[in-house]
Amino acid sequence: MTIVTAAQSKTPEASRRRLVYRHALATRLTHWINALCVTVLLMSGLQIFLAHPALYWGQFGADSDRPAFEIGAETNKDGAERGFVRLGSATLDTTGVLGLVPNADGDPTERAFPRWATIPSWRSLALGRRWHFFFAWLFVANLTAYYVFGLINGHLRRELAPTRDQLRPSAILADIGDHLRLKFPKGEAARRYNPLQKLAYVGVVAALLPLMILTGLTMSPGMDAALPWLVELFGGRQSARTIHFITAGLLLLFVLVHLTMVLLAGPINGVRAMITGKLAISEDDDHEPHSAR
Amino acid sequence: MSRIQPADSRRIGRRQFLGLGAASLGAALLGGCDRLSEAPSFQDLLGSAEGLTYRMQRLLGGGRTLAREFSAADLSPDFKVNGTHAPDTPAYAALRETGFADWRLRVDGLVVRPLDLSLADLVAMPQRTQITRHDCVEGWSAIGKWQGVPLADVLTRATLLPAARFAVFHCADMYEHAADGTGQYYESIDLIDAFHPQTILAHRFNDEALSVGHGAPLRLRVERQLGYKQAKYVMRIEMTDRLDRFGRGKGGFWPDRGYEWYAGI
Repeated sequence: MTIVTAAQSKTPEASRRRLVYRHALATRLTHWINALCVTVLLMSGLQIFLAHPALYWGQFGADSDRPAFEIGAETNKDGAERGFVRLGSATLDTTGVLGLVPNADGDPTERAFPRWATIPSWRSLALGRRWHFFFAWLFVANLTAYYVFGLINGHLRRELAPTRDQLRPSAILADIGDHLRLKFPKGEAARRYNPLQKLAYVGVVAALLPLMILTGLTMSPGMDAALPWLVELFGGRQSARTIHFITAGLLLLFVLVHLTMVLLAGPINGVRAMITGKLAISEDDDHEPHSAR
Repeated sequence: MSRIQPADSRRIGRRQFLGLGAASLGAALLGGCDRLSEAPSFQDLLGSAEGLTYRMQRLLGGGRTLAREFSAADLSPDFKVNGTHAPDTPAYAALRETGFADWRLRVDGLVVRPLDLSLADLVAMPQRTQITRHDCVEGWSAIGKWQGVPLADVLTRATLLPAARFAVFHCADMYEHAADGTGQYYESIDLIDAFHPQTILAHRFNDEALSVGHGAPLRLRVERQLGYKQAKYVMRIEMTDRLDRFGRGKGGFWPDRGYEWYAGI
């Protein structure tokens, strides 16, 4: 994190800002490749899910077995079709959004997810699988590169792992307060991640992403024969499929929160830093949140 | 030649694979995923992952690893009939009429001794029984008990010629009446799967004679792959050195329609 260049002051507001080197090239490259992969994997994964929009727990699960979760369409008593999402015995009417959604001509059709959410937009399990498995390989290669570079250049240890100070309950509580008041570090403190940020990133990098890979592999009958502990670990192929789906939901939630935080903290500065590596920070720390150091 | 050949696919190295992936990245953003999905060359690019998956699984699993076998307590209460429920050809109806007494399994192609085996011949051979999980490409799974003859024993009896590389299973069901005349169900596997101990020609399911819905009189079980590889209504096994002369050339009814030939995932 050396100072690469100092911004020349033209206006009083910008007078106290300077650019610091924030993200290594490896971090930036793997970030964007990962963003592409996760997007394609999510959307092609939803396409695959269209073929059997139900989740089970255990070793097996098919039409006549009771699903734990289901998206579908049914005709109610008045003869009207409606889309629904069912979790256990709770049913939610989701007509128009999930289960019963407009087709290419705008007519309501039985389909778990809307056209804009899947790759390709039309129903094709075969193409959805092709997209999914190609980008799954790219995703695994990219994540591996991220770990390797992160270990070599110290990104994981120095930048991602929370310090002991940051893990103190008081520091975490203070950081929660800062987030609730939408107070984001602008000065020196912006040169490192805050406690909640680190915990979220570590959770994604060390837990959610590996969990996606492992549960994905468990759905493969070839892998189950090669590595039988996979099925044992998740309590069955259908359990693994369910965890795969839940974890994808958690990743989507992370992405939404992450994008919101980028927007709130200054999207141009943040996105530029993830492209060029250089982040603008202010010299005067008057807006410094108290948890920052 | 088959698309899945270690020698061929080795030409696409990891760097090229990643390079192509990165190139596809830019194109995806510009052209939109739908337009890419329609382009045959892009479909082929995406399909290149299949070779990698095949080689990785063969590397990890080789010919030896077994699919998990379950106990009778684990059986699915209802094992869904999928695909063809009953072949609608007069020839099949005639065989069914007599309880498949006149049915013969033809084993030919690149073999020393072509065989014609009746159901009684198959029952007289050494049997294997296994309770395994059937995984449909759609995502569901069902556990069932299968009894049959190891394919390895049948192929050993016929004796393969050195050029034989794949076993092609010709089925009785016309799955689709396609304009190009294809649509007869067929499937194929490599010799690693053909000689795998759990690869059997099943004639019994859950302790009863195989029902028509599940593929009577004989179906393939190749336990480390997805459901569409488990060809039902098997009439003929043809040993071959190449898959491009069957159907649309991809080695199976569903592979001809965009699905992976290697369905271990």
